Amino acid sequence: MQLELVLQYLVAGLTYGTIYAVVGVGFNIIYNTTGIINFAQGEFVMLGGMTAVTLHRFVPLPLAIAGAVAVTMAAGALVEATCIRWLEKPSVLRMIIITIGVSILIRELALVSWGESVRALPYFTGNEVSSLTLGGVHVSPQVLWSLATCVLIVVFLWFFFQHTSLGRQMRACAANRDAAALCGIATKNLVTLSFVLSAGIGALAGCVVSPITYTAYNIGTGLAIKGFTVAILGGLGSSMGAVGAGFLVGVLEAFSVSLMPAAYKDAISVAVLLAILFLRPSGLFGSGAAARLKTA
Amino acid sequence: MLGSRYARVALFLAAVVAVQLLAHAAEKPFFLTQLTMAAYYTLVAAGLSLLMGYAGQISLGHAAFFAIGGYASGYLTTVDLTARREGPLVAVLARLHVLVPHADLYGGEALSFHPWAAFAVAVVLTLAVAWLIGVPVLKLKGHYLAMATLGFGTIVYSILLASESLGAADGLGSVPPFPLLPGISVGGGRAARVANYYVAWGLVALALLVLSSLVESRVGRALRAIHGAEDAAASMGVDVARYKLKTFVLSAVLAAVGGSFLTHFNAGIGPAEAGVMKSVRYVAIVAVGGMGSLWGTVATSAVLTFLSLRGYFGTLDDAVFGAVLIAVMLFSPDGVLRFDPRGALRTARDRLRGSGVAG
Amino acid sequence: MKTLRLAAAAALLAAAFHAPAAEQEPLKVGALLSVTGPASFLGAPEARTLEMLVEELNQKGGIDGRKIQLVVKDTAGDPAKAVSFAKQLMEEDKVFAIVGPATSGETLAVKPIAEEGKTLLLSCAAAEVIVNPVASHVFKVAPKDGYAAEMIFRRMKKMGIKRIGFLSSNTGFGKAGKDQVEKLAPGHGVEVAVSEVYDKAATDLTAEVTKLKAANVQAILNWSIEPAQAIVIKNARQIGLTIPIFQSHGFANIQYAKAAGAAAEGVMFPASRIVVADSLAEKHPQKAVVASYKKAYESRYKEDVSTFGGHAYDALMILVRAVKEAGPDREKVRVALEGTKGFVGTAGVFNLSAADHNGLALDAFEMLTVRDGKFAVLGE
Repeated sequence: MQLELVLQYLVAGLTYGTIYAVVGVGFNIIYNTTGIINFAQGEFVMLGGMTAVTLHRFVPLPLAIAGAVAVTMAAGALVEATCIRWLEKPSVLRMIIITIGVSILIRELALVSWGESVRALPYFTGNEVSSLTLGGVHVSPQVLWSLATCVLIVVFLWFFFQHTSLGRQMRACAANRDAAALCGIATKNLVTLSFVLSAGIGALAGCVVSPITYTAYNIGTGLAIKGFTVAILGGLGSSMGAVGAGFLVGVLEAFSVSLMPAAYKDAISVAVLLAILFLRPSGLFGSGAAARLKTA
Repeated sequence: MLGSRYARVALFLAAVVAVQLLAHAAEKPFFLTQLTMAAYYTLVAAGLSLLMGYAGQISLGHAAFFAIGGYASGYLTTVDLTARREGPLVAVLARLHVLVPHADLYGGEALSFHPWAAFAVAVVLTLAVAWLIGVPVLKLKGHYLAMATLGFGTIVYSILLASESLGAADGLGSVPPFPLLPGISVGGGRAARVANYYVAWGLVALALLVLSSLVESRVGRALRAIHGAEDAAASMGVDVARYKLKTFVLSAVLAAVGGSFLTHFNAGIGPAEAGVMKSVRYVAIVAVGGMGSLWGTVATSAVLTFLSLRGYFGTLDDAVFGAVLIAVMLFSPDGVLRFDPRGALRTARDRLRGSGVAG
Repeated sequence: MKTLRLAAAAALLAAAFHAPAAEQEPLKVGALLSVTGPASFLGAPEARTLEMLVEELNQKGGIDGRKIQLVVKDTAGDPAKAVSFAKQLMEEDKVFAIVGPATSGETLAVKPIAEEGKTLLLSCAAAEVIVNPVASHVFKVAPKDGYAAEMIFRRMKKMGIKRIGFLSSNTGFGKAGKDQVEKLAPGHGVEVAVSEVYDKAATDLTAEVTKLKAANVQAILNWSIEPAQAIVIKNARQIGLTIPIFQSHGFANIQYAKAAGAAAEGVMFPASRIVVADSLAEKHPQKAVVASYKKAYESRYKEDVSTFGGHAYDALMILVRAVKEAGPDREKVRVALEGTKGFVGTAGVFNLSAADHNGLALDAFEMLTVRDGKFAVLGE
């Protein structure tokens, strides 16, 4: 294959990868603080995009996005308050099922509110046909926006968790919740914060990729599955791992299209995931010890 | 103990008969069609209940087994082997009386497998796949196990959707009825409705008998020990891996039987039967019915699936499902049958009072 | 006193004998539509169209004084549910006829049931297999995929296109299109250099279109009915492909053109004239029907019409016409359906027969394009 084509497939992979990476990161934030896998993460992405489109009818784009992120964060807090907060040491099974129920409910509420039609935000810069040529490779400016947003999110999270008091408290919570509580950390509020943060990130991602793909009431489920795949692949609990895994899966899928019928694209990444799980259950980048602790 | 298990199944069968008579008396015999369909879906839920409730293993891909069974039966009974009539394999099969001529969609003649042979293949195939998948998958725990089963389901769905020979997105159609015994045929015709109803629920009764005897046996106690604490069970000499695998395979085979029979009843099957949403539905039903409760699961499955198949909730079908799921998981996590109103109220009160306070 | 009582009795007797003729039992029409779920973009507009039409018809007195009662069942695109609801509609609701289902997969599952139960089924789905082999009670109002492909290939031949890349979605519609394209391409001198199937819920298809680019095709043919088809168009332009893009008649929903935005300019596709109702000449036989449907639907539901909703319109109106002609006898209506000639619908002019349970010909299609973000007729 010529270099140009390889690069083009790579760009395709990075485009998919951004979406997966951000959803995966969202999964990890909540997982780290609570040990819960939030299957409704995909719905946050959907809510962000849908709300932004509605708001955009009344306010300019940046305001619409900010508004959408805020609304989705509120939704995240609501979910946590009603379904998670007051459960006493729930089992993994129970939590998985509850979050699945939440995702179903959010999806149906979206259907009732917005109907089944698809919609999309306008491109941040340029439009559907604008394309930048970088060394023989064509890429839509929106893809660059997505990549930039992904980098921004990662940098923000890194800063937040390493250098802010709140972030450090959340890490303490993740390491050992009871010990953190003993130290006077308000673990319950941090759980809420983790949901709010995850929801906000998901919403932002939903807004930034909406022009590239489209937004509809039922895109959440597929995204959640992909995000879950990526989070596990990268090692549950590792945000950087999720980002890396997200891009890896994206690139893998893109190149698989060049080699075999595109119909099997989804199956490929899952098959790879299963292979890795069977050989290394803690994921590519996760630590075995952390994995064992978390799944006890 | 022995008496009570048989007694419960007998009571169950009595209820099945009562429902049929009621439907007949109320002049709504067509309820039986949807009840029959619900029965086959219940087979999946029952097996899953054992897996999730007693062995504590979640499976987010169980619909895949249902689909494997259904597609195997559907494909083998509709594939036309006339072109390869002269070939060695087909000749052998013909000699074994495994093949049967029938009319195809356009009126011509086709040669396909006899439904009994197809069924046998479906069961064996599912057994093999479940075994192969089960060995590595069941070594995982918690979220990783959930992901692995989800992944398995996704792969099966992708393959079914992508395969031209399996009808791709349209699935399989014109699947002939399954002549179980002389005079009793599993198929959708109106005349055979009552017979089909009894076949379906008879199968469920049989499954209940097998599963409940398993639960009350040594194996069952081992499974409950595993669910309780795997490490402790292992230290007591329970071969954890083997029991988990056996439960997994059994539940898979039950699902496949359901799939196979339903495919004959509906005269077809589509790739949606292997989809994530179906798997989630089965898990939801088991959770609502009570993960450790076979009877709760059967009752829940029968009621919810029946109502869903009748379109009782209209366009809000999924919403109702989600709401019921959340409500039960929050207030009665051991299932609907074990709802403890005072306990739930107490919990809610405590939590509301305690929420917002540090720690 | 006695006179009053006599008068009252007489009045009552008169009233008893003068039972209002309009209060006959309503004509029950069932509908199996995927109002929610993965095919909701088909079923939802179809359900809305049916509700609107039934209301309109009932306001005008129904069919010969008999009101129509619509029973809509949401199958959510699940064939098993379609089977269950079909049986329910036939036996419990005892419907006179069924409109739908909206997808081919569901229709094929329901076809034998409707046939066995001798209930008229007017499907809005596209697959050829629905009416071939012909089942006496099963009809289809969506035009033939083969004709759509024919229109496209004729245009390609005219433009001198000999080598194309073909993308189809992994649904019944996409698969049927794929079969037709593979069958008809050689006859028009077109080589399908690359043929790929993509997921209906795909979020980005850059890799797939890159594969087409690598194969140096002269045009892209994208066969899908789902929203994801707009992504193909966007991605193709974004990676710098300027070759012509052809779509199937599944593109005939202005929402898709909007979703593809500026990239949709110049896309060519065959469709029925409902989507260009405004630019139809006044004396075009379809003008009156499509214009009035468009006006009614858009003012009521505040969304653009599409060919999808149009199918439901055609199905119901063809049925209504047959019932008006033959009365409420099922067999007579069935025969009347088969005898429908020159019926003007949104999809075209229908001419059915015992052997042709679809009734649409090649001229049901018009080659359209996207100009300034709107659908327009593609000139010569």
